[in-house]
Amino acid sequence: MGEVIVITSGKGGVGKTTTAANIGTGLALEGKSVVLLDADIGLRNLDVVMGLENRIVYDLVDVVEGICRMKQALIKDKRYTNLYLMPAAQTKDKNAVNPEQMLKLTKDLAEEFDYVLVDCPAGIEQGFKNAIAGANRSIVVTTPEVSAVRDADRIVGLLEAHGLRNPQLIINRVKIDMVRRGDMMNIDDMVDILAIDLLGVIPDDEYIVISTNRGEPAISDSKSLAGQAYKNIVKRILGENVPFMNLDPEEGFMAKLAKAFGFRRK
Amino acid sequence: MDLFRLFNRGESSNSKDIAKERLQLLLIHDRANVSPQFLEMIKSEIMDVITDYIEIDEDGFEFKLTRTKRESDNSTIPALVANIPIKKMKENIR
Ligand SMILES: Nc1ncnc2c1ncn2[C@@H]1O[C@H](COP(=O)(O)OP(=O)(O)O)[C@@H](O)[C@H]1O
Ligand SMILES: [Mg+2]
Repeated sequence: MGEVIVITSGKGGVGKTTTAANIGTGLALEGKSVVLLDADIGLRNLDVVMGLENRIVYDLVDVVEGICRMKQALIKDKRYTNLYLMPAAQTKDKNAVNPEQMLKLTKDLAEEFDYVLVDCPAGIEQGFKNAIAGANRSIVVTTPEVSAVRDADRIVGLLEAHGLRNPQLIINRVKIDMVRRGDMMNIDDMVDILAIDLLGVIPDDEYIVISTNRGEPAISDSKSLAGQAYKNIVKRILGENVPFMNLDPEEGFMAKLAKAFGFRRK
Repeated sequence: MDLFRLFNRGESSNSKDIAKERLQLLLIHDRANVSPQFLEMIKSEIMDVITDYIEIDEDGFEFKLTRTKRESDNSTIPALVANIPIKKMKENIR
């Protein structure tokens, strides 16, 4: 049985889809079999971020409704043979599926894959409940802003209420310059406030936009700082103990980053 | 006296410190799931009890959910803080 990891946030636009695409690709690069499940029904995005939008025939709702078999809705990645996407339906709404159906679907997928990554929609309604239904591990993405952190805290509470203990935090779009000036909350501040384990920190990086333009996640490009940060997250998911200090000593950047954020040596 | 100040660790003009302070207070309300209406209700009941014995400055009566450090382990916990300015004790009681 594979692991089902749901990527949540509460607030929209903080980087869930970007994170799902990069972690999924990263796990595939590490030799794992991975399926990305887009649970954002009605607002599908993961296909575009992965550059697979032209290959969609069937979607998640078709599988749930029995219109096609599970395998028919799995789209093979362009570059990695062990990476698949199951797209969301674009023309239906979140109520087209229910949590029991999602639980069954993720279970079936976990029989076939090492990792099932569920890209959760924004909000705390039906779409959220669907996305977390079959998860046994959860990630909360936030940006260092008051509204995003507030929503993240709400999500942590809801995840725990649904039996998903120990959600892990990804802080996305961190701007080192602003942190240095004292105009952006640093990592310690946010971990302190949210009181959950930190999985990783992603810098704000133009390369995310470039890679989204291309439909190729940043993690496969060694020039991208965000890609490097996602690589470390993938290693941590696989159980490696990657210190936050030495994310990438050659770059010099990560050392600076670590200093600016006041990381403690473990 | 502003009791909020008691719990604020020093003043700062860094916007990130302001963000942190605001968040910490905000999350205490969110997590405790206490509505302003509910707080208002408790406040007026407390006021009713107290005014039986003490004449207070009702406009100055503050009643807030805030946070404090627990002595035993230094963790931050929610606290209800009431600031009740007394005008005078009522004669007939004692
Ligand atoms: N680390 C980053 N640096 C720069 N841009 C980012 C970063 N993370 C996300 N973005 C951009 O922010 C927008 C929202 O990201 P997305 O992953 O779609 O968020 P969500 O799925 O949470 O709504 C996208 O345009 C994406 O390219
Ligand atoms: Mg999204």
